[in-house]
This record gives sequence, structure tokens and C-alpha cells, in this order.
Amino acid sequence: MSRNLLQSTMIGFGRRLTRTMLSEKIAREHGLLQSLDPRVRVVGLLALVLAVTLSRKISVVAALLAIAIVLALSSKVSPVTLAKRVWLIALGFTGVIALPALFVTPGRAIASLGSLSITEQGLRTATLLVLRVETAVTLTTLLMLCTPWAQVLKALRVLHLPKEAVTMLAMSYRYIFLLVETAGQMFESRISRTVGGLPRAEQRRMTTRTAGVLLSKSVALGNDVYLAMESRGFRGDIQVLSDFRMRSLDYVVLLLFLVAAAAAVWMGR
Amino acid sequence: MPSIFELRDISYDYDGVPALRELSLDLARGERVALVGANGSGKSTLLRMLDALCFPARGTLSFDAQLISAARLQDDAVALAFRRRVGLVFQNPDVQLFNPTVFDEVAFAPLQLGWPKQKLMAKIEETLQLMGIAHLRERPPYRLSGGEKKRVALASVIVLDPEVLLLDEPTATLDPRSQSQIIDLIQGWKGSSKTVITATHQLEILEDIADRVVVLEEGRVSATGTPAEIMTNRELLLRANLVHAHRHTHGSVTHSHPHMHSHSEHEH
Repeated sequence: MSRNLLQSTMIGFGRRLTRTMLSEKIAREHGLLQSLDPRVRVVGLLALVLAVTLSRKISVVAALLAIAIVLALSSKVSPVTLAKRVWLIALGFTGVIALPALFVTPGRAIASLGSLSITEQGLRTATLLVLRVETAVTLTTLLMLCTPWAQVLKALRVLHLPKEAVTMLAMSYRYIFLLVETAGQMFESRISRTVGGLPRAEQRRMTTRTAGVLLSKSVALGNDVYLAMESRGFRGDIQVLSDFRMRSLDYVVLLLFLVAAAAAVWMGR
Repeated sequence: MPSIFELRDISYDYDGVPALRELSLDLARGERVALVGANGSGKSTLLRMLDALCFPARGTLSFDAQLISAARLQDDAVALAFRRRVGLVFQNPDVQLFNPTVFDEVAFAPLQLGWPKQKLMAKIEETLQLMGIAHLRERPPYRLSGGEKKRVALASVIVLDPEVLLLDEPTATLDPRSQSQIIDLIQGWKGSSKTVITATHQLEILEDIADRVVVLEEGRVSATGTPAEIMTNRELLLRANLVHAHRHTHGSVTHSHPHMHSHSEHEH
């Protein structure tokens, strides 16, 4: 472990998180998904995600992935962006889980690596798992890339998700930047006052102390935010405003989304 | 002029650390008052108490001749009526801006108070225009500059057109142009029925924002007077840590005298 790996990781993570989550460039493009009512995007894409998780056939999940790619291309999301942000990362994480399935799933052996045999059933299970994750993450990433976060939250509220849950989600998103920024500044401030290397045990102690201070700051911030809400009339039940309007295209696309999802569930059962 | 707030022998502490000590003060309806004092003198705590976000440990606080207490504010009707009439702009705008967009931020208070949609939309639009932030309506507050955040925070409160505005360091950390915009706004309320209580330690803006100045020292009122009276009382300003003896050099001569800072100028 390099001397300042933890600090560098924390600072880098904060900057990357902020850059990634705040980037609304794609959401401002004039593509298919961007032109739809946010509620259609949320319901339609989440219906497809549900269909992905319920389908047990590789061909059906592959068809859903193809739909996701068509949606991406028609919404001006390049395959390169998807490959970098989604496919490679999801493949890395899922591959670790899927790899043992190739060997441990009982079935007909189709290849062997030394004393280990890859079974047909194992290959099918691993492929289905990887495809499912890739497709589900592609669909949710499309939703996030093509919809400003504020609209996603508003759509969730309008769709009658518990207001408390949506409010917590909104606030977590709102304040995570502030806390990540604060953590980054605390690490930078420490780096600027540290000469030479510190023993690892001391590094660990300092990191723990920093985490404690950050927790105290987040508790204080949370209290102040609650007071600010109370000051403006919050009585425990948040009232929201819906200004979304559905057009004919929205109804048509919503219907297509739901039909595709239902067909995938039926064909993939 | 009748008092809108009456505070009698108020004390308050944070886990044993006193913030306000036997403080008594009357604030008149329509008055523009500046609360000045060094850091930790109790300005922010007093503003929070005037906004019924904390309550006296000892002493009494009345608003419009009605006693304000935690028990009374439990009643939704009482609380909402109070919130409709009194608004607080926090010192740190990041605390106040918790909504996904500027529009949602300005809409928050009217929505909680149950305004009808038509009235709400018209008032939000008017406020966005007044504060010069209409172009920011779809922007998330965390992507705004410091001055823009302050203006949005102010807009999120003045959208209700409250009778009493409590402003905690409204011009602190702002660039001169943003400071001037906020000061112009407060000046615009002069002579209106609005009561404006501003906590600040920027003495150079007192003449612009206040008709009366209340000096706080260690949680107590140590002096009140017009801005001119307070500004000429050097002994008081030194004692209250609002100015300090500054040593500097003109050519080969070194001397010291009371000194105050401002973001826009450096005056002696």
C-alpha cells in the first residue's frame, strides 16, 4: 500500500463521483429517451429491468440487451460510453461471481482445464448471470444518463413512492457531494501539514479520527437541514408539485415498453 | 411603534455552554434592526430563537403578544401561521438548499403551507424574477456560485412575503457585487411594514441595512442605538471585538489605531 493511497483514493473518488453524477450533458441531448415524459422513462425502463430479472432464457435477455442498445443509440448514448461506464465494470464484478459456476455446476462436460471441467449447464448459468447484470445495469444507466436526477426524483414522487423514501434519496444525493468534498478537503489539509511518511498504524489512527470528525459534521449538518426545513413550514409530510404532461408519443412508448417487458417475462419463463 | 417580538430575561445554552444570558429586547413592527457582535456573541442563536427553532431555557419570548413555546408550536395551525409570518435565511446556504432544483427550492415553503397551485406558480415566478435567478430555475443548487446560492436561499424565504425576515450574515463571504445586490434588497424594505432583523459583523453596511443596531456581547445586549451612534462609540466597538487595534507602517512611521475590515474596502 503506497503511503497516501487512502487519501488519494478518497480525493479521487470524490472528484470522480462529482464529475460523473453531475454530468448532465447526455440528458440535454435531443434523443428518443430524452424526449419522453420522465415518468415514462422511469416506469418503462424499470419494467424492462424487472423483465430481465424474471427471464430465465439467454435468448430473451439477449433480446432485451439488444433493445437497450437500440434505445442507447437512438438517445445519443454511444456504445463506447456504455462500454466504459457499464459493460467492462459489470463484467469485472459479475465475472468473479460467474466464473466458479462454469466449473461447479453439475452437468455435461464440454471442455476441460486440467482437472477442472466446464459444464454446458455451468456455461449457460454463467452466461445468463453476466447477461442479466449487463442488461439491467445498461437499462438503469440509460435512465440516469438521459434524465436529470431532479426529474427522476420528481417522477418517483409523482408515481406515489413513499415521500419519505424519495426525500431521503434526494437529500442523500444532495449532501453526499458536500460531505465528499469536505472529506477531500480534510485529507488535502492533512497532506499539506504532513512532512515525510507516517507509520501505517498512525495513518490508520488518523483515518479513523477523520471518519469520526466527518460523522460529527454530517450529524450537525443533518440537524441544521432539518431546522431549515422546519423553518419553511415542514411538519413531517413533504408536499410536492407535479408539472409533468403526457403526450400521445409518451402513451405509445409507455405501451411499447410494457408490452416488451410482459412479452419477455412470458417468453423467458 | 408596537413590538412584534418581546424577549424577557432569556437564557439559552448548548450543553452547558451559555449562548444567551438574561437577554431582554423589544423589536418593533416594521423596524430594521442589525444584531452585531463578535463570533460566539449569540447572534445566530438569537435569530434561531426568534424563528422558534429553539426555545428559551429561562425567560419568555412573545411574538405579536402571543407567548412562543415548544408546546405551542406543536400545534400545526399555530406553527404554520407562525412560519407564514416569520422567515429565516441561514448563514450557510448549503444548509438551506436541500431541494433538487432552484425552482423546487423556491416552491418548497409555499407547498408546505398549502398554497393553491395558481397562486404558488405566480409567486414563484415573481420571486425568481425579483432575485434575478429565473435563468437558474432548473439548476441544482449545489452547482451554483456562493452569491447565487445566497440569492436562492433568500428567494426561498421571501417567496412567502413574510412580515418578519431574519437574515443571518446575508453578505458574509460574498463578492462586492453580490453584497451590493443583497444590501439593495434590504434597503428596498425601508419604510415598508416588513421587520428585518440582520445578524452581521460587517460594520460598514450598518447604515444601509438598519435603523437600529443592537450590540451583543457574550449573549447579552450591551448597547443599542442608531448606526451612527454605535459606529462612533470606539470604546464599545473595541470592547465588543468589532474593531481591533491595528499596527502598521507609513514610510518610516509605525502607529496603531482602531481598524475594521470589509470585503470591498479597507478603511481606517
